[in-house]
Amino acid sequence: MDPITEGVIRAVGLILSGDPEVYRIASLSLYTAGTGTILSCTWSIPISAVLALRNFHGKRVLKGLFNAAIGIPTVALGLYLYLVLSRSGPLGSFQFLYTPNAIIIGQSILVSPIVVSFSASALESVDPELRDLARTLGASDLQTYGAIIKEASWGVILAVMAAFNRAFGELGIAMMLGGNIRYVTRLLTTAIALETARGEIALSIALSFILLAITISVSVAVNLARKPTS
Amino acid sequence: MTRRISGSAITKIEASVLIVIIVGVAAVATYAYVTFQSPGRERLIVSTTTSLYETGFLDELKVKFEAKYTNLNVSFISQGTGLAIQTAMRGDADMILVHDPAREVQFLQGGYGVNRKIVAYNFFIIVGPSDDPAGIAGKSPAEALSTIKFAGLNGTAVWVSRGDDSGTHSKEKSLWKSIGLDPTNLRAEPWYLEAGSGMTATLKLANEKRGYTLTDIGSYLLNFNNQNIDLVKLVESGKSMLNVYSVIAGDPRNANLTKANFEGSMLLIRYLVSNEGQDLFANFGVKDYGQPLFKPYLELVESNSDPELIQWIRDLAFIDGSECPDQDRYNAAGLYSMELTPPVLAVAPFAVPREIESWILSPKA
Amino acid sequence: MTSLLETVDLTKQYAGVPVLDRVNIAADPSKITSIVGVNGAGKTTLLKILAGLIAPTSGRVSVHGRECDQDQLRSHCTMVFQRSVMFGGSVRDNVAYGLRINKTPNSEIAEEVQAALAVVNLEGFEKRKARRLSSGEQQRVAIARALALDREILLFDEPTANLDPANSMIIERAIKESAQTKVVLLSTHNLSQARRLSDRVIHLYKGRVIEEGEAASFFASPKDERSKLFINGELQF
Repeated sequence: MDPITEGVIRAVGLILSGDPEVYRIASLSLYTAGTGTILSCTWSIPISAVLALRNFHGKRVLKGLFNAAIGIPTVALGLYLYLVLSRSGPLGSFQFLYTPNAIIIGQSILVSPIVVSFSASALESVDPELRDLARTLGASDLQTYGAIIKEASWGVILAVMAAFNRAFGELGIAMMLGGNIRYVTRLLTTAIALETARGEIALSIALSFILLAITISVSVAVNLARKPTS
Repeated sequence: MTRRISGSAITKIEASVLIVIIVGVAAVATYAYVTFQSPGRERLIVSTTTSLYETGFLDELKVKFEAKYTNLNVSFISQGTGLAIQTAMRGDADMILVHDPAREVQFLQGGYGVNRKIVAYNFFIIVGPSDDPAGIAGKSPAEALSTIKFAGLNGTAVWVSRGDDSGTHSKEKSLWKSIGLDPTNLRAEPWYLEAGSGMTATLKLANEKRGYTLTDIGSYLLNFNNQNIDLVKLVESGKSMLNVYSVIAGDPRNANLTKANFEGSMLLIRYLVSNEGQDLFANFGVKDYGQPLFKPYLELVESNSDPELIQWIRDLAFIDGSECPDQDRYNAAGLYSMELTPPVLAVAPFAVPREIESWILSPKA
Repeated sequence: MTSLLETVDLTKQYAGVPVLDRVNIAADPSKITSIVGVNGAGKTTLLKILAGLIAPTSGRVSVHGRECDQDQLRSHCTMVFQRSVMFGGSVRDNVAYGLRINKTPNSEIAEEVQAALAVVNLEGFEKRKARRLSSGEQQRVAIARALALDREILLFDEPTANLDPANSMIIERAIKESAQTKVVLLSTHNLSQARRLSDRVIHLYKGRVIEEGEAASFFASPKDERSKLFINGELQF
């Protein structure tokens, strides 16, 4: 049987049998990517609002930087963060390294440019008259921003989805900052890397199908929630 | 004036559905994550080699050790020996379990480690394609490498190196040096390939290229049994093929290592040199491969069944006559009581009475 | 006697180019004041300054004799734009937007929304999706939205441009009704509309007020040459 077919069958088997380690690995991937994305949103969405809606010197340069940072190689970012989070580094007293928290931090930084750039784009494409409209109806500055963000909400949601997918499927940061420690920081991506290195191709393929299945399901679910605009 | 279509606002229903999805996913993830936690356990981080890691020995060690010491949660980080040592130097690991005596010495002398103990050993082997194009079967390691080099220059053989600064790579480099070749020059040769990866990946590359490579017995058996490779053992013995595993605890007095879990490290070290730990080494692999992948060092010394081998180990892995110099011992009561005194058998200028001889060699009380 | 709404030497420049040049106007309740002029005369800019949406380069606006800054103007005025922007959501969400910001209690909101929709002949439209309405209906919703706020000063910027006669009539009627108690300024380049609705007329040309006065006399015998041309439809920008 070719490895791919074997992999699919094994994937189904692993899911149905409720193999605890596989569930553990998958849920940890969800946990780190999800928490990392949400954490990123706390600063990324306000930044995107400022970037889209205010004018200041160097605005274009800043936008360009965020756009460029979208494609930062995960191993490079992982390496820098490793030195920062190391016990002998500046943030060493937290002892985050080799725990899921380090992965969450790393992934939140990784996906921030995605949230900022795509959200800013969505906010900018909102009708500029909306701002005047809100203001003439009595909205304060904050309420105006709220109206604009609400108007662009699907754009922002899609930005967040893209960010989540990126975090969920990345390897470099999880590996560098997590260490792929069994039961502690082994995620789907790092497990796939390990099993491939061990020569367990069928298992790797099975895990990769689970990874794809989750990514696709979440994306599809979110898109289904969106009714077609007339 | 053309009408500009506004952005897409979210309706209440869509928002509710989304929130349900997000909360659902979050709940599943967090629940599963939390139930798998090992609450209240202290962390012990051991950086170690890829070869030990890939055999699965460490998984078993973790289970048995944690069953005995329920307050500890051991994490093994597998990297090449070079990187493992660096990780410990940075304080990100509490102790190391490696197989590179030269660098272990540097680790101790650099003030990063204390309480080194040799725990196990096995042999490296040279493996290659079953048809053995270079004809090295049965040769000594030095002869075999020499032959491979000439065959390589002739285009009839290929050598695959780990190339990743690991313990195995160190051993390989020292073997090349022992026949007067500089491995850094060899890297430019077309018959010398560098995998830059762990042992399994290197073996698979050698398999693919029908080449020769140096490997530890554990990794070889693992991959051969899995049918990842069909290379065969060609050179199996010799003093120069000895592979010795040691543990060193991080020195808590070192500025980088103040947060290291020294007590936990000492517990693991003592465990590994205890009967239970040594039995783990002795038994691992017998079920799956018909032979143990490692041999316990202390049992060898206790039984004194092979003095020549003991001497080899000491030649390779001892530092100034012991496994750990005095100044690098710290809070190590009783850890070194099984030490041999300097060899009397080989260099005694006078005959030692049998009773005294056996008294000297038996473990001190 | 001071009018409720007055401007003194209102000027607006964009990069040195004057869009409004020392504009002085006055408006009172119970009268509809039209601001007429060709495209680009500065009507929209003037209205937006009065609405507190744009800051003037110099000059001042006063309400009830007191000078107001932008924030204060926004609390006195509300503006309906030339093409209406609808918030996503229902008609009720749109009309109630300003009321919600003011933290009007929900029970009152329902009444106010109903009343406002009645003025523009959109009773029963509360639950409809605002963006699915025709442009005429949307503009009427915009007007209901503005009326619901019950502000003293209403500003309409060419509110029936691009609308068919049926919608235009409904809107004009709503404007007339609201003018009974409020200050209403209406910009238009539609002469017939100006004739129909205005009590007073201000003719704006290249950012300056070149004529103002009672509507009847403006249309019957305009004093400025350019006003004459404008009324004949011959004035060019």
